[in-house]
Amino acid sequence: MITQHRIRRRMATTTPILLALLLLAFVALTLALGDRAAARMASETLIRVTLVVGFWIFAGNSGVISFGHAAFACVGAYVSAWTTLNPAMKATLLPGLPPALAEAHWHVLPAALTAGLVAAALALVTGAAILRLSGIAASIATFAFLAMVNTIWANWTPVTGGTSSVVGLARYVTPWVALGWAIAAILAASLYAASASGLALRATREDEVAASASGIDQYRHRLLAYTLSAFFCGVGGALAGHFIGVINPDGFYLSLTFLMLAMLVVGGIGSLSGAVIGVLAVSLAVEALVRLEKGFTLGTATFALPPGSQEIIIAVAMILVLVFRPAGLMAGREIMLPARWVTGRGTSQN
Amino acid sequence: MSLQLLFDALSLGGIYAIAALGIALIFGVMKLVNFAHGQFIACAVFALILPSTDAVAALGLGLLPTPLLILAILGFGAGLAVAAEALVFRPLRNASPVALMVGSFALGVALQNFLLVLYGGRPKAISLWAGLGAPVRIGPAEVPLLQLIVIAAVIAILLALGLMLKRSRLGLEMRAAAADFGMAQLLGVRANRVISGAFALSGALAAVVALVMVAQTGVADVRMGGQIMLIAFIATVVGGMGSLPGAVAAGLAIGAASALLQAGLPDAARPFRDAFLYALVIVVLLFRPQGLFAAADAKPRV
Repeated sequence: MITQHRIRRRMATTTPILLALLLLAFVALTLALGDRAAARMASETLIRVTLVVGFWIFAGNSGVISFGHAAFACVGAYVSAWTTLNPAMKATLLPGLPPALAEAHWHVLPAALTAGLVAAALALVTGAAILRLSGIAASIATFAFLAMVNTIWANWTPVTGGTSSVVGLARYVTPWVALGWAIAAILAASLYAASASGLALRATREDEVAASASGIDQYRHRLLAYTLSAFFCGVGGALAGHFIGVINPDGFYLSLTFLMLAMLVVGGIGSLSGAVIGVLAVSLAVEALVRLEKGFTLGTATFALPPGSQEIIIAVAMILVLVFRPAGLMAGREIMLPARWVTGRGTSQN
Repeated sequence: MSLQLLFDALSLGGIYAIAALGIALIFGVMKLVNFAHGQFIACAVFALILPSTDAVAALGLGLLPTPLLILAILGFGAGLAVAAEALVFRPLRNASPVALMVGSFALGVALQNFLLVLYGGRPKAISLWAGLGAPVRIGPAEVPLLQLIVIAAVIAILLALGLMLKRSRLGLEMRAAAADFGMAQLLGVRANRVISGAFALSGALAAVVALVMVAQTGVADVRMGGQIMLIAFIATVVGGMGSLPGAVAAGLAIGAASALLQAGLPDAARPFRDAFLYALVIVVLLFRPQGLFAAADAKPRV
C-alpha cells in the first residue's frame, strides 16, 4: 500500500524535472526559431533563472524579502573577473590586487564555483548579523548591505576599478552553459525545499511563533538558506559578467534588485515553479518592450516607446499583480505530474 | 573646530531626522516601509524646474517668491504622497507588510524612470538661494548661513509636529492608529483620513528634505533621494520600528556619527564613510535587534 505522503514526495520530485524540461524546450525553441538576438535573450533569461532561483531559496522559503542579493551577484562577478582575467590586463586595470590574485589565470568553471563560494561566505558572515532582526527590519538591513557593497565597490578603485568598468572577461556563456547552471540551481533549490531545514523554514514563514514553540530555530535555518541562496546568486553574477564581458558595480545595484524582485513577485514567491515562470514571463515582456522602445513600423508610420518606459511598465505590472493576484501567476502551486502518473499501474487511488 | 563639527552634526542629523520621520509616520499607521520615499524627495526637487532634457535647468516653480515657493513645494510633496496612497497603497490596504514594501519599491522604480523620461539622466545645476552659502561667524567657528537655517527649521518642524500629534484631533487619531489600528477603527477613527493625513505629512517632510538638498548641493539628480532614504530607513530601524521619537533620535545620532566619521577618518578611508556607517549600524543592531527605543508593544502578542 502506497501512502499519501509517498505520493506527495514522488510528485514533488517531478517538479525539478519538469522545470528543467521546460527550460530545455525554451532554449531549443529560441535557438531553432530565432536569430542571434533571440539566442542572446535565451542566455540572459537562463542566467536570470539562476539568480532568481537562488534568490527564491531564501526569500521563498523564509518569506523574508531580501534586497541584498544583487550584492552577492556583484561579488560573484568580480571574483570571477579577478581569477580569470589575463594577468597582464589586470596589472593595468586593477593594480591593487594582491599578488596571488594578480597572477591567477584560472579556467572559467573553478572561477564560477569560487565566485559562488565567496558570495556564500560573505552571506554567512553578514547574515549572522542581519538575520537576527525580525522580518521587515531584516529586509531593511539587507538593503543597507546592498548599499554598503555598492559603496565599497564603487570606491575601492585599485581592486575593483571603481565606477569605470572592468572589461575583457571571457565571453563563454552560451545558452547551453546558462542552461546547465539554471538546472543546477533548480535541483539545489528543490532539494533544499524538500529537506528538513526547508520544511522548518517554511513553517517559520507561515507562523513564526508556532514554529518557535515547536522547537524550530528560525535563525539557523534562515542563515543556512541565505548562504545557499547567495552561492547561486554569486554564480549567476559571474555568468552575467562573462555573458556581457564588461562589469560595473552599478550593473549589480538597484535595477537588478528590482528585476529579480519583479520576477519573483510576478511568478509567485510561494513556489519554485513560480520563480521560474516569473523569470520567463518578465524576460519575454522585457524583450518585447525593448524591441518596442527601438521602434516598430506599422504601415508607413514608425512608433517607438520613449526610452525608460520599459521599467515603468514592468513596475506598474508588478503593482497590478500585487493588487489583483497577490500570490503571483503560480499562486504558490508547483508544476508537477498528477498523482496517478507517479503511483504506477494498479495502485491508483480510485 | 569642535563647534564647527557640532553645527555639521546638528544640520546633517536634523535632515536625517526629518527624512526618518517621514518613513516612521507611515510605518506607524499602516506598517508600510515606504521604499518610494526617496523618489518623493527626487520628485519634489524636479518639481522646481521645467521638464526638459537640457543640461541647464530652467526654473519653473522655482521662480516663485520664496514663501510661496516653499508652500508650493510642500503642497506638491503632500499631494504626490496622497495620490500615491490613493492609487497604489489603498488597493493594497489589507496586503501583508511584505507585499506593501515590494509595492512601494515598484512605485519608486516607476517614479524614478518617469523622471528619467521627462528630464533625462544627467544631473542638472539649479541656482536656488545661492546667497545662503555665505559664512556666519559664531565665536571661533565659521558656519554657513544655510546650516543655521536648517537647524532652526528642523527644530521648528519637530516642535510643530510634536504639538500637532499631542494636541490636535488628527494627531490623536494618528497615535491611536499607530498603537492599534483595528481598535482605533472600532472606536471611530476614520482610517482613510488618518492614513491620507500621515501620507500628506510624510510627503511634505520629503519636500523639506528636497529643498534643503537643493540649497546645499545646487544640483537636481534623479538618484538624489536614494542615499538619504537609506539613512532614514536605518534610523527607523535603529530607533525601533514605529517609534517617532526613536526615529528622530536615531536620525540625529546617525548624522552625528556621520559628521564624526567624516572628520575623524583618514583621507584614504573617507570615500568609504557610508560603508563604515552601515557597518556601525549592523553592530548596534547585533546588540539591540529591537532597536534602541523600541515601543513596549513592538513584540507581537500571541
